Amino acid sequence: MARQRKHPLVFWVSALPPSLWLFGFFLAPLAIVWVLSFGEKRGLIDVEITWTLANYVRALDPLYLGVVAKSLWISGVTTVLCLMIGLPVALGIVFAPGRWKPILLFLVILPFWTNLLIRTYALIAVLRTRGYVNFTLEWGADTLGLPFEPLALLYNNAAVVIGLVYVHLPFMVLPLYAALDRMDKLLIEAALDLGASQLRAFVTIVVPLAVPGIISGVILVFIPALGSYLIPDLLGGTDSQMIANVIERQFKRANDWPFGAALSFLLMYLTFGALAIRSVLAKGDGGLEAK
Amino acid sequence: MPLFPNGRLSRRRFLAGTGAVAAGISILPRQGWAAEEAKLNFYNWDTYIGETTLEDFKAASGVDVKMDLFADNDELFAKLKEGNPGYDVIVPSNDFVERMIKANMLMPLDHKMIPNKANLQSAFLDAAFDPGRKFSMPYMWGTIGIGYRISKTDGVPDSWKWLLDSDRYKGKCALLSETTSVLGIVFKYMGHGLNASDPKIIKAAEELLIRQKPNIKLFAPDNGQDLLLSGEVDLTMEWNGDILQVMEEDNDLSYVVPKEGSVVWQDTLAIASGAPHPENAHKFINFLLGAEVGAGVAKVIQYATPNAAAKALMPDSYSKNPAIYPSDETLAACEALVYQGSDVVRLYNDAWTRIQSA
Repeated sequence: MARQRKHPLVFWVSALPPSLWLFGFFLAPLAIVWVLSFGEKRGLIDVEITWTLANYVRALDPLYLGVVAKSLWISGVTTVLCLMIGLPVALGIVFAPGRWKPILLFLVILPFWTNLLIRTYALIAVLRTRGYVNFTLEWGADTLGLPFEPLALLYNNAAVVIGLVYVHLPFMVLPLYAALDRMDKLLIEAALDLGASQLRAFVTIVVPLAVPGIISGVILVFIPALGSYLIPDLLGGTDSQMIANVIERQFKRANDWPFGAALSFLLMYLTFGALAIRSVLAKGDGGLEAK
Repeated sequence: MPLFPNGRLSRRRFLAGTGAVAAGISILPRQGWAAEEAKLNFYNWDTYIGETTLEDFKAASGVDVKMDLFADNDELFAKLKEGNPGYDVIVPSNDFVERMIKANMLMPLDHKMIPNKANLQSAFLDAAFDPGRKFSMPYMWGTIGIGYRISKTDGVPDSWKWLLDSDRYKGKCALLSETTSVLGIVFKYMGHGLNASDPKIIKAAEELLIRQKPNIKLFAPDNGQDLLLSGEVDLTMEWNGDILQVMEEDNDLSYVVPKEGSVVWQDTLAIASGAPHPENAHKFINFLLGAEVGAGVAKVIQYATPNAAAKALMPDSYSKNPAIYPSDETLAACEALVYQGSDVVRLYNDAWTRIQSA
């Protein structure tokens, strides 16, 4: 590093490709969308940039703020559920015998080998009225001689949360594992030796040590879940629209790019807000950074 | 960048510009269509072609057809509006043909290359939405109605009320996801014409649908028949042929056009502007209008063919089926969607966005 700083040419040559990449594929397209958000539709396919704020005014309509609130709620519930499931799983892997660890981690990552779309369609087959969950329940009810009415598991908000938790769980487990694996296990032993119950040791020793992992995991789950589009589209019902679905509709079927652009930036400001809260939290904890 | 200087942004125009540059660079003048590669990109609805039609075309002409699927006209329009991504033959419905002609999204047809036009019923040789059939050939026609599970409904659900204004089948019904068709049907249910453009009526339709939303399970993108077949819903707003296709698999299903009337539509074969293989596209359209090919398609997809020669080859169970060829009385209550200009479409789309988000 020191050498690089002394040789400006080396610095610039090595910094140029990433900068161009960042500019060409991130900042420039984003700037176009930003400019679009101040446009007005003209006729069937044209947009005129008039620097109007009308799209933002429309985006702040209670109707769309309601969709934003619902998106925050659904991704919040998803994040909490991922944390509740992910923490025991991560702990389980940390305390597993050494030769099992790679296999268990591999199993966590395995779903990524299948396309998200296919996994989501598979969930449809599991959850639908004549799906595997209902088949199993029906079989159980028949065996016990109970009447059976299939449960409506698909096309509602619960289905969306199930889908989101399923897809985002690895993003919670991996950072938690990374944080917990570095933990000195003697600390837990000491706590137990000194008379703490299992629960007490978990709450006062393990959880605080896992905080960096929890923060990373929460960010890694919450932000993608907030912008998720495919899962509410495929698993949700008529009241399961999340903000990304409304945005997609503007860019495609509703044919209103300026409004879609304004909504996109609304979502982006929310994301920045979440990241800002994260850095405030990290500072407040006296530098408990994930890295 | 021609995007911002004059304040007007259109990627379509930008692409057209780059296309012109590319054409300028290419050295050889295009020798008609003689050198066209043996390929064709076909953008079609799901479950909307015969079982062997594409292979038969390949055997007859040597042209490989690659078929992509869209779920409704909104999707088709959205995909092509920013410039043709490479499709040759597309299948827009009547009002969208009108819309796409206005937006210069269709290529004029060369009728000399479509001799099988002679097979068409004379009523389909001209169309109000495309005078002189300059841009489109009829492919199939039909109605939108209610597909339902007989054992789960009280009698025949022959009113839109059951889908639009009742909680009798709460959580067991689905609507289509196509803006103009659904709103038009709501207008008809409320006693207006299918093509209402009065903002007050549009607002009332929006309120009715928002009120009904808790009772509706899904706005189904061209898969209502699957939801019906799998028992997910008991009633669904669908295109007739899609329901007829699943009725062959399940005797407990049926189809009815509600008494308030509905949409009568015509799907057409057209060539998208900027199509890379216009000659193959003409050949393919001509092929689909052949008597046996048309009958082969109709047999599978169970929609009404406008092809008189094909219809003559079909059994009575098809050509006398009231769900395929509705009675004059039913048809009299139905209307065709008419494109009403971008301002009204904007009102529709804004209402639809609010309905979806509410």
